[in-house]
Amino acid sequence: MNITNLLICVLCVLPIYTASASEQVIQQRLADYRATGAADFDATRGAALWQQSHVQAKLGKAVSCRSCHSTQLQHTGQHLRTGKLIEPMAPSVNPERFNDSKKIEKWFKRNCKWTWGRECTAQEKGDLLTFLQSQ
Amino acid sequence: MNKKHIWGALLLIGSLTLAMTTLSWSDEDERWEHERGEGNRFWHETSNVPMLTNKAYQTECSACHFAYPASFLPERSWLKIMTSLEDHFGENAELDNDTQAVITRYLQNNAADQSPSRFSRSILRSIRTVDTPLRISETGFFKRKHHEIPNRMVVGNAKVRSFSNCLSCHSMAEKGSFDEDAVRIPGFGRWED
Ligand code: HEC
Ligand code: HEC
Ligand code: HEC
Repeated sequence: MNITNLLICVLCVLPIYTASASEQVIQQRLADYRATGAADFDATRGAALWQQSHVQAKLGKAVSCRSCHSTQLQHTGQHLRTGKLIEPMAPSVNPERFNDSKKIEKWFKRNCKWTWGRECTAQEKGDLLTFLQSQ
Repeated sequence: MNKKHIWGALLLIGSLTLAMTTLSWSDEDERWEHERGEGNRFWHETSNVPMLTNKAYQTECSACHFAYPASFLPERSWLKIMTSLEDHFGENAELDNDTQAVITRYLQNNAADQSPSRFSRSILRSIRTVDTPLRISETGFFKRKHHEIPNRMVVGNAKVRSFSNCLSCHSMAEKGSFDEDAVRIPGFGRWED
């Protein structure tokens, strides 16, 4: 195949690929969690985790995932401390969500530690992602 | 593969690069548009903050707050911030080594010590040489510019919350403008002093 044709192919496929990127990325995350021993994932359990609040040690206040990501996932959130607006979490209104595995893991690590004082387990991450994806 | 195709590909790449450099030139013009006075455009004092940015910096350091202009803190402050990211104002902002190195280099090269902006000079003058502030909002310059703003407009204001939230009041900050005339305090409107 010559280079020009190859380039054209790549350019045509690109949009299709990005459109379903979040779906594929989430499936990959879930498969990885299963591989580390997690069982089936459940959106209802994910929803409960999302609301679960803990007292944040440095802040001295109860916080949950909703403290920054808004009580409604379709709405814009606001960082609890800096006041910066955070784009909606629901992929149905924000197609930019969950399209990069590294980004997802980075924020799970930071946010679970900050919000709950510990890292989330593979089971919890799978439940949370299943819940978030359904929104 | 035959020669014709190689040339075709080279031509394509060439014209793409050309298009991109033309774009960045016009950006540059806009960036310096509000520059005051005449003279050498790159070294003359400017009132606009250079917003030459870096992709890694933009992605990683704008997630929780506005990506602060590198030219608003001295190099020594950025180095201290970049080496203590795991406890960053009570948050964990840790990065992998490569990303951290890229961002550190960017901040060093564009820190206040390197910038022709008039704000950078004022900021540097307002910091004692023995101090290494971790916040822009802690510097003498910042305090002088903001001391008239009452708490109810900042901490007591749900849409602002903190002086670190530059963008909530400086609506043009992402374009490098901190001009007083563009300040809108949410819920209170224009700032008149
Ligand atoms: C202190 C504020 C804060 C809290 C509390 C918080 N987050 Fe976040 N979260 C952020 C910020 C900031 C980002 C990155 C900005 C963005 O993606 O818009 C983010 C991003 C994420 C992402 C990445 C989304 C993507 O598009 O890849 C996930 C997943 C996430 N958060 C999950 C959680 C979970 C689960 C909790 C509760 C355990 C939580 N967050 C609590 C601030 C917070
Ligand atoms: C996980 C969230 C998070 C990330 C990511 C993050 N920061 Fe911060 N940053 C904060 C918080 C919280 C504050 C304190 C805000 C306050 O007090 O209102 C802060 C404050 C700052 C300040 C001081 C602002 C002032 O008041 O003058 C600087 C400078 C800063 N961050 C630089 C950085 C740099 C550089 C990066 C990228 C390497 C970064 N931040 C990434 C959460 C974050
Ligand atoms: C609560 C709203 C508010 C926030 C938040 C805020 N500022 Fe300001 N800022 C103002 C106002 C109002 C002025 C004009 C004050 C005056 O001169 O009377 C100002 C002035 C300035 C000036 C001087 C402009 C000039 O032309 O002299 C700079 C620079 C500046 N701010 C930078 C920042 C940075 C950087 C941040 C974030 C770390 C920030 N500000 C956060 C309201 C705010």
